[in-house]
Amino acid sequence: MSDIHAYDGAPEAEFQDYVALLKPRVMSLVVFTAFVGLLVAPVTVHPFIAFCAVIFIALGGGAAGALNMWSDADIDAVMNRTRNRPIPAGRIQRGEALGLGIALSIISVMMLGLVANWFAAGFLAFTIFFYAVVYSIWLKRSTPQNIVIGGAAGAFPPMIGWASATGGVGIEPLLMFALIFFWTPPHFWALALFMKEDYHKAGVPMLTVTHGRAATRRHIFAYTLVLAPFALWLGLTPVGGSLYLAVSVVLNALFMAGGWRILKRDEETAIADGYAFEKRFFRLSLYYLFLHFLALLVQNQWGAW
Amino acid sequence: MPMQAEHELHRRRWSRNVGLGLVLASLVVLVFALTVVKVRQGDLMEGYDYQPRASVLPPAAAAPDAPARAEEKEMQP
Repeated sequence: MSDIHAYDGAPEAEFQDYVALLKPRVMSLVVFTAFVGLLVAPVTVHPFIAFCAVIFIALGGGAAGALNMWSDADIDAVMNRTRNRPIPAGRIQRGEALGLGIALSIISVMMLGLVANWFAAGFLAFTIFFYAVVYSIWLKRSTPQNIVIGGAAGAFPPMIGWASATGGVGIEPLLMFALIFFWTPPHFWALALFMKEDYHKAGVPMLTVTHGRAATRRHIFAYTLVLAPFALWLGLTPVGGSLYLAVSVVLNALFMAGGWRILKRDEETAIADGYAFEKRFFRLSLYYLFLHFLALLVQNQWGAW
Repeated sequence: MPMQAEHELHRRRWSRNVGLGLVLASLVVLVFALTVVKVRQGDLMEGYDYQPRASVLPPAAAAPDAPARAEEKEMQP
């Protein structure tokens, strides 16, 4: 019993620490959008095959999350929001996250290839590479457009879901990609406006740090304008319908109006009311994406065009 | 207090072991169920089983081949 103090300091990891390494909240978005992409595709898939495909797409997303935790360990250690993640807290070694990420990447890609097809599997491999290497290691630290380009990684899952069913791509999955891709910047920059995190100390060139808050507000409004046509265009493709279009018109009107108000507010008023509107806009952006994909799902059951 | 620390350590290890066990068990169930579904669908089922592959034989050759195969089968003990 004399060596009991060898265990003092960083506690050993629990199972949930390894789960946290896979970023379960990001995975829930991946699961939902991949599922919608797979379901609205014009090829009927056996329900269990669809279930397995979504599971392994999500596992691939989790693997990318673990690789991101590995490469971002130094940033996470500096910022308050991420300080308690398993690696900065010392419960999991960096190398373990790298190993887990690589192993799960291989397993998820191979299994998706066996479950669905090898085009979807290759697409998943590319997505993991894009998020872990292009975004996490390279762009996040080097350009204020990091959020924009990194958004592509989050926008791939519905395309992978569609590819799992059809073995290819089409205009519909490309527009689903565009919907998430152009939604990501206003979503994250709204968060960056009210989460006063020390990106500067961490050496991450966020737009709020490099170009200031007024420029960030302009960018948010501009992206809500770019986003709207793609969201509506998706409603005119074979997966759309009157219900989707109605939902999309309302949500885009709200989103653009919100972007306009963000643009018109200055920092003093925002600080005075504790960024109340920026927080509301951030919540709206979550509903925006969720309800668009939910509308696609309901439209598909109800009968698209 | 030292006993408490040891207990905590074992709880964490137990959580890892049970978690990994459940993950592996569910992977086994998943692969088995997937096999059942795939076999029932009949996709990509044709393996190299030392028989002429019906799908790659020319259609003309396949028809007269049928009685010959039946004879072959009769000859086998």
